[in-house]
Amino acid sequence: MSGAFRTPTGGRIDRLHPVSFTFDGRHYSGFRGDTLASALIANGVHLVGRSFKYHRPRGIISAGSDEPNALVGVGRDEAHFTPNLRATQVEIHEGLKAESQNRWPSLAFDAGAINDLASPLLPSGFYYKTFMWPAKAWTTFYEPKIRAMAGLGRAPEAPDADRYSQHYAHCDVLVVGAGPAGLAAALAAAATGARVILCDEQAEMGGSLLASTRSLIDDLPAQKWLAETLATLAAQENVTLLPRTTAFGYFPHNMIALAERVSDHLAVPDPELPRERLWQVRAKEVVLATGALERPLVFPDNDRPGVMLADSARTYVNRYGARPGKRAVVFTACDAGYRAALNLAAVGVEIAAIADLRPSPSGELASRALAAGIEVRPRTVVTGTSGRLRVTGATLARLGPHDLGPAQKVDCDLVLMSGGFTPSVHLFSQSRGKLVWDETLRCYIPGTSVERERSAGASRGLFELGEALEDGYARGAAAAQAARGGSAPARSFATLAVRLGTDGHIGATPHRRNPAFAKAFVDWQNDVTAKDIKLATREGFRSIEHIKRYTTTGMATDQGKTSNMNALGIVSEALKTPVPQIGLTTFRPPFTPTTFGIFAGAARGELFDPARTTPIHGWAVENGALFEDVGNWKRALVFPREGEDLHAAVARECRAVRSSVGLFDASTLGKIEIVGPDAAEFMNRIYTNAWAKLEPGRLRYGVMLREDGFVMDDGVIGRMAPDRFHVTTTTGGAPRVLAHMEDYLQTEWPDLDVWLTSTTEQWAVIAVQGPKAREVLAPLVEAMDISRAAMPHMSVRTGRVAGVPARVFSVSFTGELGFEVNVPAEHGRAVWEAIHASGQKFGITPYGTETMHVLRAEKGYIIVGQETDGTATPDDVNLGWAVGKAKKDFVGKRSLARASMSAPDRKQLVGLLTVDPGVVLEEGAQIVADPNVPVPVPMIGHVTSSYRSAVLGRSIALAMIKGGRARIGSRLFVPMPAGVIEVEVAEPVFYDPKGERFDV
Amino acid sequence: MLLIDCPYCGLRPEIEFRYGGEAHIARPADPSALSDQEWADFLYARTNPKGKHAERWRHIHGCGRYFNAVRDTVSDFFVTTYRTGESRPETEESAR
Amino acid sequence: MSDTPNTGTPYPIVPLEALAAASRPGVGASLRLLPAAARLAFRGREAAIGPAGAAFGLELPRTACRFAAAGTRAALWLGPDEWILLAPGESPAPLVETLEAALAGLPHALVDVSSRSVGIEVSGPRAAFVLNQGCPLDLALEAFPVGMCTRTVFAKAEIVLRRTATDIFLIDVWRSFAPYIWQLLEEARRGTG
Repeated sequence: MSGAFRTPTGGRIDRLHPVSFTFDGRHYSGFRGDTLASALIANGVHLVGRSFKYHRPRGIISAGSDEPNALVGVGRDEAHFTPNLRATQVEIHEGLKAESQNRWPSLAFDAGAINDLASPLLPSGFYYKTFMWPAKAWTTFYEPKIRAMAGLGRAPEAPDADRYSQHYAHCDVLVVGAGPAGLAAALAAAATGARVILCDEQAEMGGSLLASTRSLIDDLPAQKWLAETLATLAAQENVTLLPRTTAFGYFPHNMIALAERVSDHLAVPDPELPRERLWQVRAKEVVLATGALERPLVFPDNDRPGVMLADSARTYVNRYGARPGKRAVVFTACDAGYRAALNLAAVGVEIAAIADLRPSPSGELASRALAAGIEVRPRTVVTGTSGRLRVTGATLARLGPHDLGPAQKVDCDLVLMSGGFTPSVHLFSQSRGKLVWDETLRCYIPGTSVERERSAGASRGLFELGEALEDGYARGAAAAQAARGGSAPARSFATLAVRLGTDGHIGATPHRRNPAFAKAFVDWQNDVTAKDIKLATREGFRSIEHIKRYTTTGMATDQGKTSNMNALGIVSEALKTPVPQIGLTTFRPPFTPTTFGIFAGAARGELFDPARTTPIHGWAVENGALFEDVGNWKRALVFPREGEDLHAAVARECRAVRSSVGLFDASTLGKIEIVGPDAAEFMNRIYTNAWAKLEPGRLRYGVMLREDGFVMDDGVIGRMAPDRFHVTTTTGGAPRVLAHMEDYLQTEWPDLDVWLTSTTEQWAVIAVQGPKAREVLAPLVEAMDISRAAMPHMSVRTGRVAGVPARVFSVSFTGELGFEVNVPAEHGRAVWEAIHASGQKFGITPYGTETMHVLRAEKGYIIVGQETDGTATPDDVNLGWAVGKAKKDFVGKRSLARASMSAPDRKQLVGLLTVDPGVVLEEGAQIVADPNVPVPVPMIGHVTSSYRSAVLGRSIALAMIKGGRARIGSRLFVPMPAGVIEVEVAEPVFYDPKGERFDV
Repeated sequence: MLLIDCPYCGLRPEIEFRYGGEAHIARPADPSALSDQEWADFLYARTNPKGKHAERWRHIHGCGRYFNAVRDTVSDFFVTTYRTGESRPETEESAR
Repeated sequence: MSDTPNTGTPYPIVPLEALAAASRPGVGASLRLLPAAARLAFRGREAAIGPAGAAFGLELPRTACRFAAAGTRAALWLGPDEWILLAPGESPAPLVETLEAALAGLPHALVDVSSRSVGIEVSGPRAAFVLNQGCPLDLALEAFPVGMCTRTVFAKAEIVLRRTATDIFLIDVWRSFAPYIWQLLEEARRGTG
């Protein structure tokens, strides 16, 4: 059984392959090739959802991506669940589970439908008018209630288990839409040898040809021509065919985003296939063959299940073999209504009447309808429908010269409507092309292009089959020519197809119902009626952009596909202003809703971001380190031992470094090799200090400013040779510093013979710190002398460590004697292990970044980005000594000369000691001089670093405080939620202020 | 995503580039000779035109070179690109 | 110090060597970790370019985004005054010595970056398709021919990409980004047979 409304033969469904699925838990059967919508229709099911605001019963209106009503949730489980899919685009497969939305407790009985009765209380802009008082109720009552009532589908409750992939693609010609115009465009472009991508949002390519029954192209039935054309294209290596692929966004410079649904239509998808694939296509030329959308008519109760677009009903019959009803009333403003009536009649649907808005229908289709015995009522409107969960009748009335004639009710279970066709200009508009109003067609069509793009066929108002094919071919050929030269062979298409003409209607149609209660829907998805739009104009709204936002018309996920033109028509009539003077709202991506997954692609979980690790990372993992993220780096934070908490571990590591020796992985430090005859001159210009006289083999601490005079980065720099410097930067600052240097070198001083090379990852850096550091290292060293006499503090030597070529720096960021051993990265772990083994007799202790922070804070060493915030001068952070006063110029020098840069009340780096030594301040806490003055209390600074110091047996902190150095010895206050903390301002060097421990 | 014509590598996607602000603002040869106001203008004052804008880009994930471009800030289309050190080519003034 | 430090992402980070050992060849595309190589970053003024090539044993390419190869050695154009001199299986120190001797007195910079990056080969009929899942360049043969090399990006990492045959691309990527790149390539390879 595949449904009582299935035609006995015909359509493109595969009748040999029945497919069973469930909708709201009920089992149904369809055929392979059905959409969820066509299968439901074949089973006589029209009620598929409840509306957004009024919870009115809603049915299937369309057969495509323009569907505003039939939104469903689909998925076999929560991890594969997607809400808000259009049933008209969901292909059924065996076992598909779909559910309706926005109803409780059930689709047939929905408690929220009370809103429909209360609708006079919910006019346009009701949320601006209704929920104003009391103000507090907004957060406690109104918003939660509205949130519960509003929205459509529900969010899935489990993380998305599907895979998504992303793909960059390039082509000469991208053709969007595989209807007649798009197919012809692809044929032409492909014939030139151009690389062509043809995409279409439907499962099958062909567009309107898929519903064709009588048209001939080149003497072939249209569907046969289609099959041959697709085979021709598929056989060409330069053509990529992408069905089930929606071009959803048109971005600058011909970047078009396509969403391909790769495996949703499969009952048992190959786990190796992604669910969806994002194609970021860069096309030299684009042909938009996006077709046209049928316009609904706006009449009272035009939203009952069973009211449907006429051409969509024709699609269900011709393409899917599904009859949308038994007895239909057709309400039309154009010939499309007749064509649908004839096609439906041919499969046994009784056509009760055709109500034609036009005074005197004529032409081939009208004649055929009359000949078929269909009752045609010219100058007639539908003024309402009856029925609850399904339409049971329509009221017809004749348009008189001044008024409507008497109403007559006609029984039916189907009302078809057609207001003509609107070119689908969404992508053209997204490309920032200028639309122009076509007075003959009464629609907007593409005017001036901005991108290298051209529209073809129905999307620019060429609705007839023959002209769409000819236009598509010409446009495809022109696109290929523009993309890469070469011309397509001349070709014309002989077609035999009925002409639909260009009649149509925009706006509402007349009725005699009480305007306060009649609901003639313009925007089905956002529940906006003609009355709402008229109310907005009465309340003074004139701009269509304002009316759109006030009424929300066209703002739903369907992007106003069915509603925009009718809304414009209503505004035009209400304001007595021609449509083109009212303007048009902006079309924005995405064309249809797009999953979050496709934007994430593979960038989720552990592949969300690169996790950079050092060569020593594995050792740290094996030895129980905890890690912290520093940029993309994973750095060992601390190496806690069994039973130790974080504080205990840090205290132990600190004590080890101060009393014996510690081992630290500093590999993430940024490193830049600056080489060339002008290297020292370059250093002089970039850093605040003087470099010319630094001897090879010596180190110097360098400070770098931005041109505005504020500290940008710092680091220790070794002069390896007269023309070679080994620069270190902060871990996070490495790329920024290199870019800063390149900027000056390339654009200000291109005459300097010096070059910069990042060596951050060339070297693993192992810091050996503590009074025993030299003794630990000495046995491992070859070809260099690291004795106290031969290698003083702040020098660099080249040789071998543990058999590996090394650059050894005698440098300390702890205040203790220290070395930093640089070895080629692949040897990092082996050298680390050798040093660790050599240090065993001294109890060598690996330590992490937290310990490093405490040790440096005890010494008052700043961390750029922690003590500084981009507004600190060198003097502010006590680095005035590192500024070469005698240098004529360096980056940032001129800014330091501004009076404000040396004002006495600038924030300056000082130490803070809490009066209660057990209290550890919070980093970032604000500091005040007097906590008892009335609010707002003037804040004079903030805590930048704060730790427990094991060696001092108390807490310490660094702070930036206005005029801080002059306040040393005085008391200040740190107000916190739990009370005010009293602190004493101190020198920022808490430990070994004379620096006697470097050279032990 | 813009497509940018690197004078060395040719057309490349924007993701390979880093924007570098307005072009042809040379660092003064002797900053100390400038008044505070002149120095502030050098640091912060930019033309910010609606229309054709000469600006610096760096092909940071490509050849690494800085270069200059004239881009229409209204349409986001590039008029031309040229190497650092070359003077701004004549381009028709923005219509807007 | 905060009482609840950010202790980083909890997932285990798989070392590159383990990833490479677990990788199986595919019909569409295969991955291979390339053996160690000497890599020297060479920068210099016009006068130094010819002698550098002569000392290295092949003429440095002057066409943008092209590499030259001789035997196992290759010189990759990365910028108008920038090349990577690549010598698989060789040790960098003797090469540096040879080149510095030839370049004495000429304005140039030579920096050993052998350990900075690792090489990954992506091969197979679907190699370009796999790479295009993270690399935004047009990898069609006409747009990215054999003999082309360039710095570019793959997802959120910078790479140097070159094509040595129709179906073979080589990636050079900074060491710490390599596991990330490798795993993305494995992910991109799924479904290509």
